[in-house]
Amino acid sequence: MELIVIFISASIVNNFVLSLFLGICPFIGVSNKFSSAVSMGLATTFVMVITAMVSWLLYFKLLLPFHLTFLQIPAFILVIAALVQFVEMVIKKVSQPLYRALGIFLPLITTNCAILGLALLLVMRDYSFVESIVFGLGSGAGFILALSIMAGIREELELRDVPKAFQGAPITLIVAGILALAFMGFAGMI
Amino acid sequence: MDMTIIIAIATMGGLGLIFAGGLAIADKKLRVEENPLIAQVNEILPNANCGGCGYAGCYDFAVNLVEGKAKVNGCPVGGNDVAQEVAILMGVDSEASVKIVPRILCRGGNKEAIKKAAEYYGPLSCKAMALVAGGQKECSYGCLGGGDCVNVCTFNAMFMNENGLPEVIEDLCTGCGMCAKACPRDIIEMHPIDREVFVLCKNHDDPKRSKEVCDAACIGCGICARKSDGGVEMVNFLGIIHYDKLDPEKIPFEKCSTGAITKIHNNSLN
Repeated sequence: MELIVIFISASIVNNFVLSLFLGICPFIGVSNKFSSAVSMGLATTFVMVITAMVSWLLYFKLLLPFHLTFLQIPAFILVIAALVQFVEMVIKKVSQPLYRALGIFLPLITTNCAILGLALLLVMRDYSFVESIVFGLGSGAGFILALSIMAGIREELELRDVPKAFQGAPITLIVAGILALAFMGFAGMI
Repeated sequence: MDMTIIIAIATMGGLGLIFAGGLAIADKKLRVEENPLIAQVNEILPNANCGGCGYAGCYDFAVNLVEGKAKVNGCPVGGNDVAQEVAILMGVDSEASVKIVPRILCRGGNKEAIKKAAEYYGPLSCKAMALVAGGQKECSYGCLGGGDCVNVCTFNAMFMNENGLPEVIEDLCTGCGMCAKACPRDIIEMHPIDREVFVLCKNHDDPKRSKEVCDAACIGCGICARKSDGGVEMVNFLGIIHYDKLDPEKIPFEKCSTGAITKIHNNSLN
């Protein structure tokens, strides 16, 4: 039951993008096409789940017992960078078209603060190993949700008559703000 | 030195080594067999990732090149040098791409064009001038002289001459076409550098009005079109050149009363 609460909390109530405002860079950068938004979301979820596992192990099995908790931020960054490289190699091997579609955005997941946020949050909230994995899954799902909704809206906007002054970045940011506002409606649900 | 610092350095160093080792192993296991030609081609490319070729970056261009989907001379920044080297690598003949340069199709400068009685006060931008009753000159098709084309050129290949018309420094020009896009009157057109015959006017007014507005306008008499055998077509009192049918020998340049249709060599008028 607790796991379901964590999942729903991470994906909807405390959506990483729309409530915690993490990972805005790929949110704005990759959400112009629905297909690339979903692919990016899936790649990020994959990285998030593995990051959750590895950072949990790193923190609770290495840093905490040896009183090195002050090293958590550089250690997590190291883990995330290595993992993203690994994911890049895997994707390149498994699906060349996906690799080319994601292009530069794959290594950019390294700088995605949502991943670091994930690691730091699970440490702060003192989750168990399984809870961390579910947390990773939930935040990844929320990320995919936010990106795909945004992509859908943006694709629709391209066919609409947006005033010249608002075309491009301005209307995107306004839509993002309204979306964040909408997701506030979930507050207090859990 | 404090023990904590040493332990911290040792821990981070150790972690770094472990992950680096893991990545090295993963790299061996997950290596993708890629055509080495792609990497070789990528080496020659400028690697500016500007997208000028129409592909997503230099690597994507290299991939499409090797797959045969991209043209050997597709890189505008690399130009002929890159095209030649790529052609050698790929073992094909490269069609040497002729440089394209902007041509200013207006000779109505301060000396030739009649100015309006009213003076223009406002931003010195062609776009602004075009909106305010069509600018300072009587001719509603001609160069406004505001210099938008000069300002937009990032290579400093254009300048305004004393007659108030833009000129191109062909050696500096890269053929990007920004000046042509900037002109609100579409006076600048991109043409291959070896093209010589142009109608240096965009005026569609009837002969009486054309003579009233500018000394250098195409008045629409049609003499060039009649003798050109399809090379020049009169469209609304303006000569339009069809380069595929053009035979410069047939054009009676000396019969043009204003000199609107002319041959140019090395950016200097005949």
